[in-house]
Amino acid sequence: MATRLQRLFGQNQQGLLSVYFTAGYPKLDDTVPIILELEKSGVDLIEVGMPFSDPLADGPTIQQSSEVAIRNGMTIPKLFEQLQDIRQHTQIPLVLMGYLNPVMQYGVERFLQKASEIGIDGLILPDLPLADYVREYKPLFEQYGLSNVFLVTPQTPEQRIREIDSHSNSFIYMVSSASVTGSTGSKGVSNTDYFQRVAGMGLRNPGIIGFGIHDRDTFTQACTHARGAIIGSAFIKALAKEGSLQDNVRTFIQSIRENEKV
Amino acid sequence: MKYTVDENGFYGRFGGAYVPEMLYPNVEELRQNYLKIMSAPDFQEELQGLLRDYVGRPTPLYFAKRLSEKYNTQVYLKREDLNHTGAHKINNTVGQVLLAKRLGKTRIIAETGAGQHGVATATVCALMNLECIVYMGEVDIKRQAPNVARMKMLGATVVPATSGSRTLKDATNEAIRDWINNPEDTYYIIGSVVGPHPYPDMVARFQSVISEEMKAQLLEKTGQENPDYVVACVGGGSNAAGAFYHFLDTPEVKLVAVEAAGLGVDSGESAATSVLGKEGIIHGSRTLLMQTDDGQVTEPYSISAGLDYPGVGPLHAHLHQSGRARFESITDEEALQAVLELTRLEGIIPALESAHALAALGRIGAKPEDVVVVNLSGRGDKDLTTYLDRFGLHGN
Repeated sequence: MATRLQRLFGQNQQGLLSVYFTAGYPKLDDTVPIILELEKSGVDLIEVGMPFSDPLADGPTIQQSSEVAIRNGMTIPKLFEQLQDIRQHTQIPLVLMGYLNPVMQYGVERFLQKASEIGIDGLILPDLPLADYVREYKPLFEQYGLSNVFLVTPQTPEQRIREIDSHSNSFIYMVSSASVTGSTGSKGVSNTDYFQRVAGMGLRNPGIIGFGIHDRDTFTQACTHARGAIIGSAFIKALAKEGSLQDNVRTFIQSIRENEKV
Repeated sequence: MKYTVDENGFYGRFGGAYVPEMLYPNVEELRQNYLKIMSAPDFQEELQGLLRDYVGRPTPLYFAKRLSEKYNTQVYLKREDLNHTGAHKINNTVGQVLLAKRLGKTRIIAETGAGQHGVATATVCALMNLECIVYMGEVDIKRQAPNVARMKMLGATVVPATSGSRTLKDATNEAIRDWINNPEDTYYIIGSVVGPHPYPDMVARFQSVISEEMKAQLLEKTGQENPDYVVACVGGGSNAAGAFYHFLDTPEVKLVAVEAAGLGVDSGESAATSVLGKEGIIHGSRTLLMQTDDGQVTEPYSISAGLDYPGVGPLHAHLHQSGRARFESITDEEALQAVLELTRLEGIIPALESAHALAALGRIGAKPEDVVVVNLSGRGDKDLTTYLDRFGLHGN
């Protein structure tokens, strides 16, 4: 049976919008309302961030939202509790993203089992090495029906991209440029050589581009090179604005997608 | 049993390279090249020349007569405090800068806590005419002003780490983020035996000159190259790794690793990772680290900024778990007493970090004929303000 992720990418739809936010930010109990509002606004895929004290691949925005979320009391058990009934309300693909240490402390198998019960579709753990995944965890991910999503960067050699592709079963997260999250320089989406190189490799899995995607221009540009793009830091900044959570989510997503013909 | 790193970068179950894909090519480049470069004759010639003529090696192995009488055993001090810049840290920065140059890197970054590694890095960068950026927690910048001044004087840019707890662990995060942002031209000089493989092994090898010299010096002074005890302080653990290195597979040499208990191991204000830590991932390495039940890294405390790190190098985690090394923890107060004791008995003002190792002398149970080497990792100049305050020596 195809998973929600495989169905999403199987439709050959272009311009997929994936949004990342940190669970527990701005308020502890905002997780589910944000997910539901994102779905209503037409987002295709949601990445729910599990906050970590030392997020070394993240820029200041996600660092700060993680700090606030931890202070608000966000933990993995708390997140699972919030998401317990989520599948009664939405069928949007949901991916959890975070760092390995909190997952290890919870227990990797226990984590996968619980995520699977809730109806989570995949996991992104940037500091879980490919070799460790293949050696120790891949059978568990398969047993619990969860996709593990890997990152590739402009510096990732072709052979390694192929290896990553062979161990992926939903999509590949293409980091736009050498940077931590939240950079707004132009180097990201103008990395055309790299995007075309990956596009020309004939990979099994579709790619979506993340890091540095922060407005309609960068989103649209990224979508010309891959199946879609991911927005994180810019969305988190929008959540911090005055006004209701729902309005902030809607206004931001509209600012990315207005005038776009799907 | 094997105590050096295995082919996958592990010490027993600890170590590895848990880095995001953005860092993978850099770490991999280093992994594939470090041993090759380090064993090349021209590299060794340049390194040994600098260690001798610039750093001032070999450092003396000094028989501390009055300290020996006090503890009723044979105490030798390995005088790493006499190195250029005042601590063992420069053994590693000289080596890594030479390695960075051979990898064609032009921009050097480093993290620092107390500032000793930052100063040692800035020093060698000045010597080699390389751009140098040092990340330092905002809190540490305030409490280690003299070392900040030295780094600036040497031409380094000191960047305050303003995230998290604004100390060493956050400075390390910022340095790693810089490396992610600048993968092509930048080399990251880690200051301790921490971080992703191959750093723990590479730093241990550069510091292993300490135990290599010890063996030759002991043979000359005592007729035997192996001591009964080697005692060293452990934050991340680079001086201890260097002092233990050539004795790791000689079980009759007892290794004593001394951590900072801060206000007491159970006080909530401590940096005794081997007691308080659990297995986890920090800065790309699987090791023991202080963390909450939810896996968030917690902030350690010690009066000594150099021991104030929530993790410990994976080698030391393995030495602890396997029982190869004995771990002791020393409080702020005990360390301060040891500072005063060494100063007044031997006329040597030690760094606060090294004083933790000295303070363990009374605990190890050495017999009168035993040979005990304490690695005196650094000098106390940087801690004088603390000493004057704590010993009430201001004014007349």
